[in-house]
Parts: sequence; C-alpha cells; structure tokens
Amino acid sequence: MNERQTGSETLVSLWRISKSYHRGDQVIQVLSDISFDIARGEFLALMGPSGSGKSTLLNLIAGIDRPDAGKLLVADTDIVQLGEAALADWRAGHVGFIFQFYNLMPVLTAYENVELPLALTTLARRERREHAEAALELVGLADRMTHYPSELSGGQQQRVAIARAFITDPVLIVADEPTGDLDRHSASEVLELLRRLATDVGKTIIMVTHDRKAAESAHAIMHLEKGELSAREHLQAQT
Amino acid sequence: MNALKLILRNALRHRLRTGLTVAGLLVAVLAYGLLQTVVDAWYAGAAASSNARLVTRNSISLVFSLPVSYENRIRGVDGVSAVARSNWFGGIYQEPKNFFPQFAVSDNYLTLYPEFILPDAQRAAFLRDRKGALIGRQLADRFGFKVGDALPLRGTIYPGTWEFIVRGIFDAADETKVTNLMMFRWDYLNETLRKSAPVRANQVGVYVLSVDNPDHAAAVSLAVDAVFKNSLAETLTETEQAFQLSFVAMSNQIIAAIRIVSYVVILIIMAVMANTMAMSARERTAEYATLKALGFGPGFLATLIFGESLAICTLGGGFGLALTSPAAAAFKSLAGGIFPIFAVSAETLAAQAACALAVGILAAIVPAVRAARVRVVDGLRAVG
Repeated sequence: MNERQTGSETLVSLWRISKSYHRGDQVIQVLSDISFDIARGEFLALMGPSGSGKSTLLNLIAGIDRPDAGKLLVADTDIVQLGEAALADWRAGHVGFIFQFYNLMPVLTAYENVELPLALTTLARRERREHAEAALELVGLADRMTHYPSELSGGQQQRVAIARAFITDPVLIVADEPTGDLDRHSASEVLELLRRLATDVGKTIIMVTHDRKAAESAHAIMHLEKGELSAREHLQAQT
Repeated sequence: MNALKLILRNALRHRLRTGLTVAGLLVAVLAYGLLQTVVDAWYAGAAASSNARLVTRNSISLVFSLPVSYENRIRGVDGVSAVARSNWFGGIYQEPKNFFPQFAVSDNYLTLYPEFILPDAQRAAFLRDRKGALIGRQLADRFGFKVGDALPLRGTIYPGTWEFIVRGIFDAADETKVTNLMMFRWDYLNETLRKSAPVRANQVGVYVLSVDNPDHAAAVSLAVDAVFKNSLAETLTETEQAFQLSFVAMSNQIIAAIRIVSYVVILIIMAVMANTMAMSARERTAEYATLKALGFGPGFLATLIFGESLAICTLGGGFGLALTSPAAAAFKSLAGGIFPIFAVSAETLAAQAACALAVGILAAIVPAVRAARVRVVDGLRAVG
C-alpha cells in the first residue's frame, strides 16, 4: 500500500524504497517498494509487529542507513545520493535523534549532553549556553543541568535526549521507541513533550512505537506489515 | 563542549583500569630508562676516552706484557709526543666485593690525562713517596679515604701485601670521567718485583701515547707497530677509545640481552595499552554510533580515541620520566662501584618520551579505525 500526501507542504517523500539484509547466503527483504509522504509539522507514529521494518524505515529516513533502491527526499534533498561525510553534515543540521535507551554520553552532564550537537555549529560559546539552558528549561530540567545521566531517572534522561534532539532546530525529529523503557507517568510526560514540539514549535516528528496508546499522541499512525505499508490512520488533533 | 573535556573524562571513566595502565606505563618507561642507562654506563669509559691518546699493547693478548725498553723506541716514532707506562695491578682491598681498578703508572702518566685535576702539592707529595698513591674522588667518597691514609692491597697478579699511602685525591674535569680508580708508582712495583720475582720485572702492561695531531693517530699507530714487527713481542697500537671498546665488546652479548629486554618491556606495555584501548572502545561502540548519528565524523571519533590513549601514555610516561633520574641515583648507590658513571642521558630521556608517545599512538590505531568504520545502525545495537 502506498500513501501520498496532498495539500500540505511535504517534508519527507519516499518513492519505491526497498531494503534487504544478507544473513549468510540468505537475503531478508525488510522493506518492499514503499512510497509515502510526510507533511511538514506532522507527528507520525510508525507501528507494526517486531520485524515489520519500522525501525529500518526510520533509520533510512534519518539518514543512518541506506536503501537498496528508491528515492528518499527530505526537505528537497535526495539523501540517498549523499556521500558519508555529506550525509553526516546533513544529519547534524536536519535531524534530531531520540533513542529508546536515551544514548546520552555518561561522562557529560545534562547541560553538556544537550550542548553537544552545537559543537558542530558555528555558534559562540555564549550562544551555545543560552540555547542549551533554554532547551533544558523547555523540557523542565533547568534544575538538573549539572547532573550526570546516572543521577537522573529514565524519564529525565529521555527529556534530556529530547532537548538534545531539538537544540539544533532540525526540520525532522526521529524517535525510536522513546517510551519503551519508561514507566507510564514518564512516558506520558515524554509524549506530551513530543506533541508540544509538533503542535507548538511545528517540528516534524516520526516515532516508532509498539504502544498503541503512545501512537495515539501522534497526528497519524502508519502501520507496517512484513515490510509493506498496510494502513494509515489519521487521528483527531489533540491539544 | 570541546573534545579535550570528553577525552579527559573518558580517560578517567574507569579509574582503576586507567590507574593500573598508568602504573604499568610508569614501570615500563622507568625500566626502559634504567636498562638503557645500564648500557650507557657500560660504554661510559669508552665514550669518555680520547682519540688523541693511543694505547700500545702486546699484539697476542693483554695478558702478555711488553719490555720497558720499548719506551724509548716508541718515543722516537714521528708524531708521538709523550709515552707513559701502565700496569693493571688487580689487588683486593679488604675483600673482593670492594673491587676498584688499580694501575701502576709512570711518573708522567697524569700529564697525559689533563682531565684529571690534582693539586700541585699533592702531585709533588706523590712523586716524593715511592709508596704514594693517587685515588679518584669517586673512590675516595666510596670508602672515605683521605690524604695520608694507609691503603693496603692484597695482590693477585702480583702476590703479597702491598702498602700504599694516599698522597693525593684527583677530580675529573667533567662528570663523564670515571674517578673510581687508584694509581700508584710503577717504580715501586718494578723495584719490588726485581727483588721477589726478577723475571717479571721491567715489564709494562700497556704504553699510553699522546700524539701531536689526533688526525694522524692511525698513521702513528701503524708506525709504532712497524717498529716492533717480527720482534719477540709484537705490538698492537690503537686509539684509547678502540682499546676501551675492546673491553666492552667482551660483554656484547650481555649488553645485547639488556637492550632486548628493554625493548620487550616496551612491547609488553604496548600490548597492555592496546588491550585497554580496545576494551574501552568496544564498550563505547553505542556512544560512538550516537555521536556519528548526531553528525560527528570519523575524525572526531579518532581524535577521542587517540587523545585518550595519548593522555594515559603522557601521564604514565611523564611519571616514568620524572622518576628515572632519582631511581638511577638510588640504583647507583645500591650497585656500589660497579657503575661509577650512571647518569641518565638526555638521549635516554628522549627515547623514553618517544616510547611513551609511540605506545599511545600505536595502541589507538586499531580501536580508532574500528570506531571510524562502525555503521551507525550496527553501533546503536551494541550493548556497552
């Protein structure tokens, strides 16, 4: 099933994307001929059973993996055509990452973790500090700036990771099971933050999740089944 | 956030592991420095000897002496400006472990060695007293000898008990010269032998020659040996340095073994360091993948890994370097008079620093290449 968006401005456009892995002599087809668009400012949840290819799809859109075939445009850039160095530069400027296990640098404080991606920008130290402090304030952790990840709860670590994801003002934020390691209360805080980023700040967010309740925070849910799109649900906008 | 902060924090993440690695490096760099200094000490005598002096000995072996009558004939060779006599005495002071070199020398011997400084009054006292002896400052300090002290030696090559009186203590013009030695008058030895063992009298162990021009040393050597060609005691004349090196050559295998051990120590610590860096990098695969996902390139990851490796090696190597000279001084005092010159050279310190640097760089190559090559999606799956 292929889905194309009409009407609103398209940020991400996939056209006939396929991806397979080799395990020994065996070829495992993970994604088959997938085409769909994601509008700018959309909060999209990707759902599907294990092995359906949703994380692979997320990795392709985020530019940390490459498809075997197809075209993948993000903000009018065909990222499939970019070399490794150019792709790294592109990710630094266009994509924010949120991982299931937070992936913070354990030797850096919350403030330093959030500031980390700004090291790749031309901002002055004072500007970096202002940005990082504002980001931590936005995620409600202004009083935890000097804490190391080991001194924070899972929910707090994920909020630091969210601050790190949007500190560079990327056009796209990808989140792979962002609530998968959190209790219900922390999960709802994280989802609330993501929803605010989409609705208030206008960020385009793609979130992979197993959790139907988490997915319902998004504007739309896309279902994958055995590497193919099976359905796209449009949910009522939440406030 | 700069790379240096991340490097230092990573280096201190596992304090015990880093501490043990630093301690290992310290020991390795220190051991390397001490072993190299032992080798240098072995060559110290040869390094300090002069090319302007020649040594003439029996061509068969040092064990065989030369007639005293050769002296005037050697002095007559063109280019020779002075000739002095020297016999190895080989006496024992109190007990064998108190070994130090003793030479019976002609009265003019010290004029050929301007690097030994002796007050004129002491020189005159030495020349007045047939049993007079001169001792070097290192030897005087070692046994607490003073001018006027009696110094009895038990002869081995020349049997009997030999009585000497310390008439002078000479210093070296610079610290590269060995002064752990004793000289006494060749006349005293010869006159005693005339009475006790006449067949051994009028024999000289080696002649020391000074030449007008060091550039002509080779030609003068050939000329001296030509004088005694086809005689009963043919001579072999060589520079003092070559003469000293012939002694060192007798210990070549020991020196080679010491050198090899010093290199092996560095190789072992290199393996330990490489293992430490490989473990650290493997544990951080997911972090490196995250950094890559955020847009940091392979060069940044390599900087982190090389930086951490070099930081650890700088610390361990630095401590090792700082401790080398004090350890050498302690070693020298423990070794007694075996190594009268046991100073850590600038070359050794530079070699130690270079070894620490090389260990730091080589140990980081494989982990840095692996981290640079890791695919983000594979790295993110890694469990730290």
